[in-house]
Amino acid sequence: MISVSPDPIDAGTLLAGFLQGREDSGGVVNFTGLVRRDEGVEALELEAYPGFTEAAIAEIVEHARQRFSLDDALVAHRIGRIVPGEVVVFVATAARHRRGAFDAADFLMDYLKSRAPLWKRSHEADGAHWVEPTNRDHADLSRWSRDP
Amino acid sequence: MKVLLFGRLRDVAGWRERTLNPTPARLSELRARLAAEDEALGVALSGAGVQAAVGKAIVRGDCELSPTSEVAFMPPMSGG
Repeated sequence: MISVSPDPIDAGTLLAGFLQGREDSGGVVNFTGLVRRDEGVEALELEAYPGFTEAAIAEIVEHARQRFSLDDALVAHRIGRIVPGEVVVFVATAARHRRGAFDAADFLMDYLKSRAPLWKRSHEADGAHWVEPTNRDHADLSRWSRDP
Repeated sequence: MKVLLFGRLRDVAGWRERTLNPTPARLSELRARLAAEDEALGVALSGAGVQAAVGKAIVRGDCELSPTSEVAFMPPMSGG
């Protein structure tokens, strides 16, 4: 399941739903990304390109599904204005063995950071500025092209 | 045809969405027309990491446009 929505994300409910009736997977990994209260950050504002963003995330998920032999994956991304302490992204992966589930969740987050069509603006005490992928984000992503 | 701008491109141009009539024949003509109207936007559109999508599919290089085309210009993406 993929969702891109301005509604608050309830990670516990999403995880419970993802676990429901799952009998063939040996491991489920979940990651919850929160808006961090960095110096001066009052809120993040995320913008999507409706239709295109969901399709691009679906492609990333399909890539992960094949690469890590996933049984299932869930990505929920919030858009709009989000304040520190709130959930901005939730990812869950299910695989027959735990390693695939761990790696796929890590992979999905790295790809969402710099390959999902989302644009992020940080609202701070001195004004708003657009956030673009950092060198760290690019380095995180490049790990997946080095691996076999 | 419709033109959409995302992220910082919208701030540079001062608009988010525009309908152009007549439709430029090609994406390269659309770029030239936007740059001729607004030099700062022209520079931003040719900046590093800026991608174009036509009909919600990424286009590298040039392509034809039609009156029903939807063209989006997108700066580097940043989710999560």
